[in-house]
Amino acid sequence: MPLVLPPSVLGFYLLLAFSPQNALGKWLQENFDISLVFSFQGLVLASVIYSLPFMISPVKSAFVNLPGSLAEASYTMGKSRFDTFFQVLLPNIKNSLITASVLTFAHTLGEFGVVLMIGGNIPGVTKVASIAIYDSVETMEYQNANYYSLILFAITFLIVISVFVLNRKAVKSPLE
Amino acid sequence: MIEVDIRKKIKIYNGVSFINVNTSFESARVTLISGPSGAGKTTFLKILAGLIQPEEGIVTVDGEVWLDTSQKIFLPTQKRHLGFVFQDYALFPNMTVLEHLLFGTKDQEYIKRLLNMGEMLGFQNHKPKHLSGGQMQRLSILRALSTKPKVLLMDEPFSALDQALKVSLMTQLKDLLSELGITCLIVSHYQSETEGFAENSFNFI
Repeated sequence: MPLVLPPSVLGFYLLLAFSPQNALGKWLQENFDISLVFSFQGLVLASVIYSLPFMISPVKSAFVNLPGSLAEASYTMGKSRFDTFFQVLLPNIKNSLITASVLTFAHTLGEFGVVLMIGGNIPGVTKVASIAIYDSVETMEYQNANYYSLILFAITFLIVISVFVLNRKAVKSPLE
Repeated sequence: MIEVDIRKKIKIYNGVSFINVNTSFESARVTLISGPSGAGKTTFLKILAGLIQPEEGIVTVDGEVWLDTSQKIFLPTQKRHLGFVFQDYALFPNMTVLEHLLFGTKDQEYIKRLLNMGEMLGFQNHKPKHLSGGQMQRLSILRALSTKPKVLLMDEPFSALDQALKVSLMTQLKDLLSELGITCLIVSHYQSETEGFAENSFNFI
């Protein structure tokens, strides 16, 4: 669902769920003294919920593309499913895993709707770059908006370049 | 003695077909399984390995029941103590030659013997992507032997080897199989390919 839900809708429902006036938020507050609404922790958790599906899809696809005979070979050597997963399957999707993590991070970096809903716009606590750009435009401080945008652009550009280099350097396996 | 009586439905180009096998294979012997393409030879080996389940059947190895569909007995692959040489080699791209063997055994002497047998001593630290087709095939054989299995199942294991290397490998392999008392089943299209190596044969139709 997070893949297709508008970020503001997901953020709104997360805001309701984490609110101390509702069951989950109340339970977290009473038992663990955790308040996720308008906090950095809540913002991080909401971003994870929103962005994780974008990572799961390429990772799942990497697993599916591994030949089934790899796991079978490991089983015939007496290895358990656990050992096979951690010693054979996972190491062989390393590049896909790194690429997916980096791209998901880049995607989360510019997220607006979910973080605004769950984190609000508290300077020094939950005011993230994308919200700062919006704020600057609202107050007609275009110079600041431009600086923030350039920084985000540069970071995102570097991330994309690193992913490109990583995938180019990855020597093709004999399976490909 | 491996005793097999199985029935498995397989999909073929224009419908379905059945693998019906009712036979036995002598222990500590090498048996060649030959037959036409698409007859289900690979599927049969995978059934023995527990990687594919037949609709019905019984497989017993030296009296131990590996499979009995009527009693719902299915011994997991991991507990069958077998070695399997895959037709596509199924080498682990993340592991070097040495790591492949260490994945199966920690016995350094035995590993050295295997490397020597496959003429792979000089390639211990190479990953599969840096090996030739013949080297990959040899490594897949050595890896299958690394666990000192009681049953060795090989699917077209010599197809990428040149004649001289094949003869040398077969000679040493036969000594090792005999020393460890391994029962070996080889699938091959050509009977001539395993001449002097296989002691028995089974025609798969």
